[in-house]
Amino acid sequence: MNAAWTARLLVAQRLTAILLAFAVAIHLATIIYAVRGGLNAGEILGRTRGNALFLALYSVFVIAASIHAPIGLRNIFREWANWRGRSLDIAMLIVSLILLALGLRAALAVYAA
Amino acid sequence: MQIHRLELDIWRGDRDGAFQTFSLPLRDSQTILDVVTEIQRTQDASLAYRFACRVGMCGSCAMIVDGIPRWTCRTRVIDVQRKGKRIKLEPLRNLPIVKDLAVDMAVFFDKWRDAKGHFEPGDTPPADFALVPPDSRERRAADLAIECINCGICYSACDVVSWDEDYLGPAALNRSWTLVNDVRDRGQQARLEAIATDAGCHSCHNHMSCTEFCPKNLSPTQSIAGLKRETMRAALKGEI
Repeated sequence: MNAAWTARLLVAQRLTAILLAFAVAIHLATIIYAVRGGLNAGEILGRTRGNALFLALYSVFVIAASIHAPIGLRNIFREWANWRGRSLDIAMLIVSLILLALGLRAALAVYAA
Repeated sequence: MQIHRLELDIWRGDRDGAFQTFSLPLRDSQTILDVVTEIQRTQDASLAYRFACRVGMCGSCAMIVDGIPRWTCRTRVIDVQRKGKRIKLEPLRNLPIVKDLAVDMAVFFDKWRDAKGHFEPGDTPPADFALVPPDSRERRAADLAIECINCGICYSACDVVSWDEDYLGPAALNRSWTLVNDVRDRGQQARLEAIATDAGCHSCHNHMSCTEFCPKNLSPTQSIAGLKRETMRAALKGEI
């Protein structure tokens, strides 16, 4: 991977980290709020169903995570497993797509439950 | 009770070598470099180590003293000796051992080259002298990093180098940062492309060992952070 792409990956990782910081904070706060309120799974899904704000939030969360995580994983594989080159980049792209597909499927399920 | 003799474990051989114990008289104001010199001259002429200036200017006498990379000419025995413990001397880490305490610095300097650590004047000479105000942002940034004398201590202390042999290392990147801030230089794009790779500045984990152990009190970590900002800026603007 050339220098321009490496630098862009770093920019993408930093920017998605900012998004994730907010998304994780909202996610955790919502969980605590819902559990303390004594809501069960059905009641939670009843509130998220058809809620476009929830879908938007979790879509952003999933997209940011699917960009952020593979970049970090790529660094870990480079440093700890000495895995380099095109095969690593392709593998991380696949990881990214899997995260994106599974995440969006879950977000959509909560929205359309 | 005053200790009159000094005992040391000194690395002998190449990477498959072993420690050898030496004992010699403790003297006033003795440095670690004095100690290895005395051992070589009076006990074992085959002991290999490297030095030149003896006064902290050349940086060639760097070794690991009790686990810490140091200039041995500027390390007094009295400052590192602990009662009842032998001082342990090893060659610098992250570099191939030539013999005993001498390492092969070729890789270290190859990386200075790879990081474009040289001034690039451009194809045509400038029409006039470049005016560089001493208080300009670029000049002040370069000033903070310019005093490196290539001793290799930061390279030896760097964890990232230890697990990624391609990583350019703190010294080469620090040098690049001084040139990135040189307004006369005409090779900035090639330099940024050289240091923005997977082996470059973005691999730094900010462990700050380079900054901790630099005998010149420089902060390569800060220089590398500057390079990260500069390469990201260049990438966003499409300059690299």
